[in-house]
Amino acid sequence: MDLVVDQATEQPEERAVNIEKTVGNVHVKNPRMRAENVQVYYGDKHAIQNVTIDIGANEVVAFIGPSGCGKSTFLRCLNRMNDTIDICRFEGRISMDGNDIYDPTVDVVPLRARVGMVFQKPNPFPKSIYDNVAYGPRIHGLVDSKAELDEVVEQSLIRAGLWEEVKDRLDQPGTGLSGGQQQRLCIARAIAVSPEVILMDEPCSALDPIATAKIEELIHELSSQFTIVIVTHSMQQAARVSDRTAYFHLGRLVEVGPTKQIFTSPQHSLTQDYITGRFG
Amino acid sequence: MSTDLLIILLLAMGAGWFWVSRRQVVSQSGIKGVRGMHSLPHYYGSFSALLTVLPAFILLVVWIGFEDSILRMLAAGYFPAERDANFNEQIALTQIKNVYQGIRAGEIAPWIDQAALAWARWVELSQMLKAAFVLGLGAVGGFFAYRQINPEFRARNWVEKIITIVLAACSLVAIFTTVGIVLSVIFESVRFFTMISPMEFLFGLKWNPQIEFGENAGVGVSNYGAVPLFAGTFLISTIALLVAVPTGLFSAIYLSEYASQRMRNIVKPLMEVLAGIPTVVYGFFAALTVAPFVRRLGESVGLDVSSESALAAGVVMGIMIIPFVSSLSDDVINAVPQSLRDAAYGLGSTKSESIRQVILPAALPGIVGAVLLAVSRAVGETMIVVMAAGLAANLTSNPLDAVTTVTSQIVTILVGDQEFDSAKTLSAFALALTLICVTLILNVGALKIVKKYREQYD
Amino acid sequence: MTKSMMSPSKAAEKVAAGVQKRYAAERRFQRIGKGAIAVALAFLVILISTIVSKGAPGFFQYYVQLDVTLDPELLDPRKDQTVDSFFDGNPRKVLQTSVYELTGATGRKGKKEAFKLVSAGAQDRIRAMLLEDPSLLGTEQTIWFALDDDADSFMRGYISRETDEADRRLSDNQIAILDSLEAEGRIDYRLSDYLFTGAASRNAEMAGVKGAVVGSILTLTVTLLLAFPIGVATAVYLEEFAPKNRFTEIIEVNINNLAAVPSVVFGILGLAVFIGFFGFQRSLPLVGGFVLALMTLPTIIISSRAALKAVPPSIRAAALGMGASRVQVITHHVLPLALPGMLTGTIIGMAQALGETAPLLMIGMVAFIVDTPTSMLDPGTVLPVQIFMWADFAERMYVAKTSAAILILLTFLVCMNAFAVFLRKKFERRW
Repeated sequence: MDLVVDQATEQPEERAVNIEKTVGNVHVKNPRMRAENVQVYYGDKHAIQNVTIDIGANEVVAFIGPSGCGKSTFLRCLNRMNDTIDICRFEGRISMDGNDIYDPTVDVVPLRARVGMVFQKPNPFPKSIYDNVAYGPRIHGLVDSKAELDEVVEQSLIRAGLWEEVKDRLDQPGTGLSGGQQQRLCIARAIAVSPEVILMDEPCSALDPIATAKIEELIHELSSQFTIVIVTHSMQQAARVSDRTAYFHLGRLVEVGPTKQIFTSPQHSLTQDYITGRFG
Repeated sequence: MSTDLLIILLLAMGAGWFWVSRRQVVSQSGIKGVRGMHSLPHYYGSFSALLTVLPAFILLVVWIGFEDSILRMLAAGYFPAERDANFNEQIALTQIKNVYQGIRAGEIAPWIDQAALAWARWVELSQMLKAAFVLGLGAVGGFFAYRQINPEFRARNWVEKIITIVLAACSLVAIFTTVGIVLSVIFESVRFFTMISPMEFLFGLKWNPQIEFGENAGVGVSNYGAVPLFAGTFLISTIALLVAVPTGLFSAIYLSEYASQRMRNIVKPLMEVLAGIPTVVYGFFAALTVAPFVRRLGESVGLDVSSESALAAGVVMGIMIIPFVSSLSDDVINAVPQSLRDAAYGLGSTKSESIRQVILPAALPGIVGAVLLAVSRAVGETMIVVMAAGLAANLTSNPLDAVTTVTSQIVTILVGDQEFDSAKTLSAFALALTLICVTLILNVGALKIVKKYREQYD
Repeated sequence: MTKSMMSPSKAAEKVAAGVQKRYAAERRFQRIGKGAIAVALAFLVILISTIVSKGAPGFFQYYVQLDVTLDPELLDPRKDQTVDSFFDGNPRKVLQTSVYELTGATGRKGKKEAFKLVSAGAQDRIRAMLLEDPSLLGTEQTIWFALDDDADSFMRGYISRETDEADRRLSDNQIAILDSLEAEGRIDYRLSDYLFTGAASRNAEMAGVKGAVVGSILTLTVTLLLAFPIGVATAVYLEEFAPKNRFTEIIEVNINNLAAVPSVVFGILGLAVFIGFFGFQRSLPLVGGFVLALMTLPTIIISSRAALKAVPPSIRAAALGMGASRVQVITHHVLPLALPGMLTGTIIGMAQALGETAPLLMIGMVAFIVDTPTSMLDPGTVLPVQIFMWADFAERMYVAKTSAAILILLTFLVCMNAFAVFLRKKFERRW
């Protein structure tokens, strides 16, 4: 995609200015996950306000917005990683296949096997490359024999585009790889448990442009098999990798829609201001 | 003149030169006042005071320190020309000193009386000379400083330079302490090893030193094989670690990963209390309560338990070390980056899985270091073993027997009457040397391990 | 194309199958952790409750009420009520008269046994009373005296009637006397006035901690006066002045090593250097203070350095920017801000030094000192060593007194640590 983002070529007649209602199509057919009226509180601070959005199957959704707008916070709601933060409170409903994942009877452990996460700064375990990728399948009991495990590790590394580079040194520590390789290792680790959705929280912000390009290519390949939600502060990246883009502003979901439309003719004035660089 | 009075006079002299110098610089500066001087007036005063007090004080300390050894050298001149086989320099000096202080015990040979009289004369002479030189040096120092006083003189710079030198000198105290420890231990150990071969010491299996001077001299054969002592130390330390490491480590894991802040705030200080209890209290507790309890328990199941069992001493020592292991492990576990925990949770681990498979392996070098430090603490512990373990140099691996340790022997030997040249007394120094070496190796090892593996995931 | 991986639904199935076992493992793990904490706290509780239960009785003793005629003939032989006269007197006979009369003891053995029931310190009591108030001469007084420690042990129940007389420390006759005295209400269990005012003694009922407490205070004073200035000076030098060269590294490694050396070794250092070479006398608080100061030095240096490091560099930069010299920056700005942290570390170091026994044993503090030391050059002992000595003695009453002494020691330590915590909380700053 080679959109020139700082020139909006089409100007719709009216742009919305109201921030209360999300502009654009929040819903899709046969969504993988559905968030409805989500509120998140950090202590007294109302960090996410009334967000409703669908995540479609096998699509790449990008969350964009200025710093502190809550996109990472919302991402972490999707796999209940915010549970690990004591002062964080959740209200609303997020469902997967029709079941509310915040229901008290729901087990968080299998959820996180179905909804995987890749973090901003690569965080491989201080174990061997093999053990890093094998960790997930081991604890969840996905394989029955060493041979099966070898298979899973190899497949994950191939899919993450790392196999050729590490196949001869699987027993070396994962922390010995370069930054870009470490992040691909983390992706391989996430893939190894066969999730349905992969959440990526600014996965390239700590990487150089070449490594970034490799990962973006990877995202494109993976999207045929997984649903990917990616938070990014780079509009260009969102434009390159995603099918749908959601724009967050001060904890609210302002606009969501097909990526091409968001970047050429946004329907909300705030979106327009953000993508033309008037703030953020 | 007593030392107290001397010090007070010296300080008074310093204060005197302070006032005089300060007034001098103010009057020299005339109308210009403070602006005409390089430094504030009190720096000029301080300069003089420092030059008065410091050199004189150093002289005083050195004089007091070496007075006794010089007197002893002089007293040796009074030793009789013909000495019988039992003559011992240390004892002779002690006798002379006793007579000097007015203690007359037993038969006093005439040369001892003469030496004591001479000693009294020398002491008086020394006091006079000391006062004269110290006060004299103070006066000279102050005067010399006073001569330098004028408004252009950079008093503040000199004062600060002196202060910096004093600070640096203080930091040498640590070095002197180490040198002192090393010299005093090595010196005597070398003398010991000229009497007993290092092979026998390190590998001999029998330890029963006998008195060599006095009435009981030469009764029985002395053996200086320290292996039973090493075995005893090892046995008790092992028991202590078996108690302390699991308890401390799991407490630390629970407190740092699972416990609420409120629980931490209550439990952590309580565990620190365990660390603050003096070892003599633990020893008393071990001898009074734990040892009889272990004995009764053992006898009720038909085992033969000594009343000073290694088990009792080891368990109590373990209790003492728990907070040590716990707090060091706690630091190490908390140092593991949050990003690793996030990665583990993100993959769907339960908390215990993330701890067992990610956090503990990452923290392992630090934990090993903590355990080594705990071992070092256990090996060097004295009071608990002196009070609760026995003096029987048993070579055994049965925790229900009485054993003795290296530290216990050191205390027992050196606390009785000493004859500084006998192999028995000197053996304590050889034991101390072994102790120092072992604890140093453990500590250095702990630091190295932690440093080396910390680099791995930083 | 790559081989296909497990489908997500199959994976989800497998995960769900194994979840229960994993949660069970989780619960087990938590239980182990809680168990470990419970074990540690249980040890603490057992330790403290044992000491308290044995120590509380140590604050009390049994006393017997005697009617004593303070016969001037016996007590003031020179008839001039001077101190010398009183010390020439014979309070023992006065006491014996009173005891024989009260108990009706006859015969040499009977009288001896009866008199043995009263503490040997009773004679000193009488003398002390007269020295304070000579007008009591010639009067009849009712005085409470401490019982001898064997009688005291019997009253507490440690010596039993049922044991054979030959194995007992009290004869049947003595027990009978005690019984009758008790029936007359002449025996009372009250707060011991020996524990705090008495010094070390071979007689358990007279033993007290006063000498040891004074000795501890003197020794700790010396320790503080030496360790605090030198420790702070070293910390300031290392932190603010020392260039980062080989020599400084050696000093730092040295300090860390000294912190790890067992305390016995410092005692050996004291023995060999201070007593052997410098020729100081044994068992002096001065020498004890030197040894403890060297021991505490690493602790103070390390905590002072931490306090200095905590002061932000921006404050130093601001002061330097105003033209202050380096020494002035430190004395005017950094040191005052770091002082609370340094004090806290020092107090904690002092608390550790207070409880130290082994090094002081080595410099001879195990000697039996009866007089309370008046200066740091008088032979003395310290509280932990006193506890150690008493722990060895066989009489039952010593158990109570030793435990009581331990409680006193622990009280001091708790106060010092509480003070340190208070200081830390009060002066804690968040930069």
